[in-house]
Amino acid sequence: MANLIIFICLALFIVIMSVMAVTSKKILRAVTYLLFVLIGTAGLYLLLNYHFLAAVQISVYAGGIVVLFIFAVFLTSNKGDMIDNHNKKRILYGIIAAVAGVALTGFVLLKHEFLNYLDNPTIAGDGEINMKMIGQALMGTEKYQYLLPFEILSVLLLACIIGGILIARKR
Amino acid sequence: MEYSLLILVTPFVLFLLLGLTGHKMKHHVAGFIGTLGMGLAAVLSYVVAFQYFFVIGKTGGIFKELIPMSFEWLRFTDKLHIELGILLDPISVMMLVVITTVSLMVHLYSLGYMHGEKGFQRYYAFLSLFSFSMLGLVVATNIFQMYIFWELVGVSSYSLIGFYYQKPSAVAASKKAFIVTRFADLGFLVGILILSFYTGTFDFGALTANNAELAVTSMQGLSFMGLSIGAWAMALIFMGGAGKSAMFPLHIWLPDAMEGPTPVSALIHAATMVVAGVFLVARLFPVYLFAAPEVLTLIAYIGTFTALFAAIIAVTQTDIKRVLAFSTISQIAYMMVSLGVSGYGGHDGVGYMASMFHLFTHAFFKALLFLGAGSVIHAVHSNEMKDMGRLHKYMPVSSITFFIACLAIAGIPPFSGFFSKDEILAAALHHDKLIFFVMLFVAGLTAFYMFRLYFNIFWGKEKEYDNHHKPHESPALMTVPLIILAIFSVFTGLIPFPEFITADRMSFAAHIEWGTVAIPSIVVALTGIVIAFVLYAKGSEKPAQIAKSLGGFYAATVNKFYLDEVWMFITKSVIFKLISEPIKWFDRHVIDGAMNGLAWTTQKVSDSIKGLQSGQVQLYVWAYVVGSLVIAALVLFF
Amino acid sequence: MIKMEYYLIVSTLMFFIGIYGFVVRKNMLAILISLELVLNAVEINFAVFNRYLFPGSMEGMFFTLFGIAITAAETAIAIAIIINVYRNIGSINVRKINKMKG
Repeated sequence: MANLIIFICLALFIVIMSVMAVTSKKILRAVTYLLFVLIGTAGLYLLLNYHFLAAVQISVYAGGIVVLFIFAVFLTSNKGDMIDNHNKKRILYGIIAAVAGVALTGFVLLKHEFLNYLDNPTIAGDGEINMKMIGQALMGTEKYQYLLPFEILSVLLLACIIGGILIARKR
Repeated sequence: MEYSLLILVTPFVLFLLLGLTGHKMKHHVAGFIGTLGMGLAAVLSYVVAFQYFFVIGKTGGIFKELIPMSFEWLRFTDKLHIELGILLDPISVMMLVVITTVSLMVHLYSLGYMHGEKGFQRYYAFLSLFSFSMLGLVVATNIFQMYIFWELVGVSSYSLIGFYYQKPSAVAASKKAFIVTRFADLGFLVGILILSFYTGTFDFGALTANNAELAVTSMQGLSFMGLSIGAWAMALIFMGGAGKSAMFPLHIWLPDAMEGPTPVSALIHAATMVVAGVFLVARLFPVYLFAAPEVLTLIAYIGTFTALFAAIIAVTQTDIKRVLAFSTISQIAYMMVSLGVSGYGGHDGVGYMASMFHLFTHAFFKALLFLGAGSVIHAVHSNEMKDMGRLHKYMPVSSITFFIACLAIAGIPPFSGFFSKDEILAAALHHDKLIFFVMLFVAGLTAFYMFRLYFNIFWGKEKEYDNHHKPHESPALMTVPLIILAIFSVFTGLIPFPEFITADRMSFAAHIEWGTVAIPSIVVALTGIVIAFVLYAKGSEKPAQIAKSLGGFYAATVNKFYLDEVWMFITKSVIFKLISEPIKWFDRHVIDGAMNGLAWTTQKVSDSIKGLQSGQVQLYVWAYVVGSLVIAALVLFF
Repeated sequence: MIKMEYYLIVSTLMFFIGIYGFVVRKNMLAILISLELVLNAVEINFAVFNRYLFPGSMEGMFFTLFGIAITAAETAIAIAIIINVYRNIGSINVRKINKMKG
């Protein structure tokens, strides 16, 4: 029950912050709202007993990406430039797409009968995955082990570093 | 006889040489190259003629046709193919001689006449092109090759008539000549197609062999609108010939073509191109005679009418070149009449022989007349008779040679015109009395208007000439060709033509019918000359009085019976207004309109949808999201 | 007892709010923020399905993990590009970035 209350609070928080993030007139505020959304999401992961994921979420997103955003905002801001003077037609388009999407997806979600998960013991908060298993899965080459994607990801990140330097450096 | 190809190749090479590099040459260099080349061609033609008639001669009593070379150019079916080659038979060999001789004379004469003209090299280049095309026309082995060269002749004549292209009248004349003959050639082409469709061949040899057996049998029993197919085909082919040979009513281009330089008129519009139609009919003569005799009759009557008509107009013209032009029309009509009244074998074929004979003699004396007129024009710088008179004492050589040519064309023995015209009249007498009497009258008219011309130019009243521009005899370059042609005009009549050129290629004995034909024609001609002498030799006032008393008829003749105006009316008011204008409207509004409408619609549609391709990724994403939602909804609910 | 659908509703809302932001915003950074929301919503879904329906395995969690990493990389590159655009054009308004438009 307590979990449900926490979830509802988190969910409300996340949705409200999301809305704020996409409607805020000031870009720096939008970034801040994004940060809150990401932290809220980390809370959801905790509720799901994915503690490692929550940690990654906070450190990478909240700690890395949001900082990048803030720097970008500082680097690209002109005076008073952050205000989007929205055009009404475009807002209408956005609302149509969003509402239609939510309606359709929600309909499907609620209509669909998922596998029976109610007797799943881990839901109650017991199924934390320990670090050893994660580490072995990341470094192993067996079935359900992820060394190859891990390596590919590392190469991708390397490429990003090089690309980022190349693109952003002063000529 | 393979060297006969050189007769064709030489002028063509000259054309390329002078046409491409002529502008870098000095005038006289280009002129001499052209003249020498033409001289070579002339010598070769004489050799060919000598060899053909005397060395090879007759086999089995007839002159066989020779094809020294021929290669296949286009093959449509096994039977129907187009070849390019050289055909030597009596008439083509004769034409080779005529064309190269007159052309050589004209080349030589032009060295003097065109001296100092701008575009001298271009003139020689086109002369060579013309000679090449004309020679190719006469030696064509099949009707299609003939058609090719026929059109080439038209083109080169167009560029020669329009030689003075700064003069609007010359440009108009060249266009008129080209369009009128081209219009006639349309009939020619359709005729060729009909003929070759039924006979399955283009080849002259195959068409005319065994009394045109192929044409007669293949088109037997077929008719269209009351006339047999054979008659249609041959009448259409004759239409082409009538266009080039200036038969009524397609003669209107020839008088205007006198806008070209005078030597060109001598070459093209007297001796060579205008007889192409006669040559065409002669070439296909067996087909005409056996497959379409009614067309031959038509030719005879058209010829008779044209001869009379042109002679009457020639009497009233004052521009000396126009007199000669109408005289040419009249004389060519003689040849056509002669073909029209001809039979085939033996003495029946006298008309065919006479036609070729007259073609031969006429080429020389008419070229002489034109060149003589050119010499006069060169001296007085005018085409009008009223600017001339008493020129005999200034230019004796021109006067005498002109006089000889006039006697020849009037048919006074022993000059060449007498013999050929006499044969024509004889042929007409035996075929149709009406034609005979008309032609006899025309002979008198011919004598009259030629001597009217002669007396007006060289006799008559002395005119006031500028002291600076006293008329003087032309240079030797111009008088020598005149003298040579005069010699030809005197003596070519003595050639025994029936020995060499007959319809069935067998010689027959022709004799002059003194009592019924020769004496009357001489009397008529002398009458014409005497009348001309009385009226014009002293420059009296009588001609003007006679003209006045004739009134409207005289005005009509001066204006060439308003035929130009009639044609103008037909083209402008009938063809342009009733056919071209509606077609133009249809083209402008319906066809162009459809295209414009298509373009307009396309533009509007793209205008209205170009917003989709705005380059804004956000809109693309929106479309993607909405689209995938729609698809998902469709999958879910339907 | 938290039902799985609750999580999914949250992520759905977040996803379409992101879409809305992506379509409406003009500032490139704001667009990127909207993109982050979209990706985040997807990652939540991975984790939720893994936890509720297949608790015995870890695929969903690892996809989330990799997703986070890729998002980070992508964001870094995007921000580098945005900064470069700003340097060259003086604005990060997408309506003004039309120099290469034909």
